[in-house]
Amino acid sequence: MRMKHGYPIALALLAAFALTSATAEAQTPKKGGTLKFAVLDEPPSYDCHRVSTFAFIHPVRPHYSTLLEFDPDKYPTIRGDLAQSWDISKDGLTYTFKLRSGVKFHDGSALTSADVKATYERISNPPQGVVSLRKASYGDITSIETPDALTVVFKLRAPNASMLANFASPWDCIYSAAKIKTDPKFPEKNVLGTGPFKFVEHVSGSHWVGERFNDYFEPGKPYLDNYRAIFIKSSAAIVNALQGGEIHTEFRGFTPADRDKLVGALGNKVVVQESPWVCNLVLAFNTEKKPFDDARVRRALSLALDRWKGSEALSKIAIVKPVGGILRPGYELAASPADLEKIPGMSKNIEKSRAEAKRLLKEAGVSNLKFKLTNRNVPMPYTPVAVWMLDQWRQLGITAEHEQLDSKLYFDALRSGNYQAGVDFNCDHTDDPSLQFIKYLSSDKSTINYGRYSDRTLDHLYEMQARTTDPEQRKTFVREFEFRALSEAYTVPTIWYNRIIVHAAQMKGWKITPSHYINQDLADVWLDQ
Amino acid sequence: MLRYTVHRILLMIPTLLGVAVLIFFLLRIMPGDIVELKLLGEGASVTPDVLAAERARLGLDKTLIWQFVDWMGGLFTGDLGVSMWTERPVAHEIGIRLELSLQVAIMATILATAIALPLGTLAALFRDTWIDHTIRVFAIAGLAVPSFWLGMVLILGLLLVFNWIPPLTFTPLYEDPWANLSQLIWPAIAVGYRYSAVATRMTRSSLLEVLKEDYIRTARAKGVYERLVVARHAMRNALLPVITVIGLEFAFLIGGLVVTEQVFNLNGIGKLFVQAVAHGDYTLVQALVMLVASFFIIINFVVDMLYAWLDPRIRYG
Repeated sequence: MRMKHGYPIALALLAAFALTSATAEAQTPKKGGTLKFAVLDEPPSYDCHRVSTFAFIHPVRPHYSTLLEFDPDKYPTIRGDLAQSWDISKDGLTYTFKLRSGVKFHDGSALTSADVKATYERISNPPQGVVSLRKASYGDITSIETPDALTVVFKLRAPNASMLANFASPWDCIYSAAKIKTDPKFPEKNVLGTGPFKFVEHVSGSHWVGERFNDYFEPGKPYLDNYRAIFIKSSAAIVNALQGGEIHTEFRGFTPADRDKLVGALGNKVVVQESPWVCNLVLAFNTEKKPFDDARVRRALSLALDRWKGSEALSKIAIVKPVGGILRPGYELAASPADLEKIPGMSKNIEKSRAEAKRLLKEAGVSNLKFKLTNRNVPMPYTPVAVWMLDQWRQLGITAEHEQLDSKLYFDALRSGNYQAGVDFNCDHTDDPSLQFIKYLSSDKSTINYGRYSDRTLDHLYEMQARTTDPEQRKTFVREFEFRALSEAYTVPTIWYNRIIVHAAQMKGWKITPSHYINQDLADVWLDQ
Repeated sequence: MLRYTVHRILLMIPTLLGVAVLIFFLLRIMPGDIVELKLLGEGASVTPDVLAAERARLGLDKTLIWQFVDWMGGLFTGDLGVSMWTERPVAHEIGIRLELSLQVAIMATILATAIALPLGTLAALFRDTWIDHTIRVFAIAGLAVPSFWLGMVLILGLLLVFNWIPPLTFTPLYEDPWANLSQLIWPAIAVGYRYSAVATRMTRSSLLEVLKEDYIRTARAKGVYERLVVARHAMRNALLPVITVIGLEFAFLIGGLVVTEQVFNLNGIGKLFVQAVAHGDYTLVQALVMLVASFFIIINFVVDMLYAWLDPRIRYG
């Protein structure tokens, strides 16, 4: 019965938040225990370099280390993981990393600069038969040198403003040079890293288990004896499992309804952490199909969306909340409220925006526009966001038919251009503009641009922001890129995701970050039992 | 009987071949690309050469005929291939799930049979009495309530009453019978109830039909005890359609418990099937279809043999 009343839930939420802040700093970590968490899907491969799903990161990342990593307490600040320190030359062309000493792989062999070199060579120049998804991120590297066992020097052909963020990518697990020299595909079937946990077993479709690596390079860590990632496909089953005490959490995210149900049922036995999320649903227009070849029509459809009111309503039922441009609101390079006000479709003055939308549609000769909105058959948040958009357009006399497709058919439609307008998504491990802007580049420069357009101005601005070493100058290029992209409205953001994590109160030492891909090595997590 | 058995076995071969051809080519007609889904699924930016390399690695760059020849060659040598999604052998993927699916199917069948035979018989013998009405309500409710819904109610009930849910991971029966049964008894109940409802109604109607036959009247006229009339003369004939229903339901349970497996988080064949279809994992879907088809064919064969055993007219017909 408590679920029917908002007041007790609000109180419990407040109590849960209070508990988080009060206890986060105060307690001394305890050793021992097995952390059990759910993962909504299963890793398609064991090789970090060839995957891009959280279903890999959550169970597998605790086995590995990366050169750098994002500091969860000060995101997006970057700190060393295997690197103890680093230096960037004034011209931005040389990155020198000093590695920690005494780091061991789980088989007891010592990590040296040769392992880092071999790893990055595998990513940037994969051998025959090896798939490397992040090859392009390291396209600027001309050479990797190892002057001594603990020093690695990367030489670049041109400055790259995103290079440090790239080195902090959670996907770039450091492998043993000896193993990948013998068999470049070794990581596809084996797990051998220097991370806080050793691999124990993976039962396909069921679970993944890791145990503490006693020779982990950070003294005293990890705190847990083991972790057990359980593959659970259904969100409802995850909520039941958390309520029944079978798991401590799930690290991707819960819906507001799940959060309220769990807080209502378990009160202060659970803790809620929330954060804006580096993921958003975007509205993509196929510019090869009329009338979406006309910027006025695209812009009008963006102007018709009252994102601010939509955020208020949708955040109660869906995992969306912040309103922003191409970069996540709150990120240091994101548009300020004043900047947003100038971007078509982002203004809080919806009457003015809708009047402009009507004018543009009339001018384009499509006042009674009808089209099909292709969407992915994933309930959260694709369905509520699409339904909200349909209603927003209906208020302007626009009729959109909602077509929801299974993921495979959905990708096929978007990739082949067999759609008019589509709900697309943008999600990555960092807010860095060089990653976030890829979707908006010309289609011959970006494989994830489904708008099928070419805009050399955007491509040029992208290069400029990526190449400058002056942060202020980068900010200017970023603003110009964002304004142009959203004025042309080839692809426009809807409402940004809001990440909600509910976890057992006894799970400590884990802090939510804006990305579900980072802060997942579990080295700091402990159980208060 | 031997000739009948050999004839039935020989009929299985063209049936399986037909299934193999159909599933292979039907899958290829479906739109969608596993490589794109796998590599771009979370929005990663991947260059066309990486996509092409992955397609080649999975053998998708070969012509359809060569892909089919490769697959059939593997089938004849007992090699089901490698899952295009997980990159582990298909036989391994199926093997680790088959034990659980078989156990749930067997438990549900035992439960359903144990409920259906006595209840169906009682309903037939006490036709149109309160006993019959009660049993019919029980059976109709079982047909009306989807198994997954009953499963959800069971889980919510366990959560509310005991603040407990069944274990989320499978433990084999021989390792820890208690852990095994505490996980699988609930889906067996959820599925077995619907299954028992089907079998109860079939037992009742079949027995009612047989009880009207002349030979039953003759047996009664000869003064045979009613218990013997039912057990020896009526049941043996009435069981023929019931066995068919039980056999087909059993085969269905191997791969058809998709939603129930999801509700109880069972790592079974049904869930694997759905995942494989959603991913467009050709090799895995093909193997699963062949597995389920084989189960249906084998169970039909067993049912036919039971028919022949129960009814001599079939074997000598």
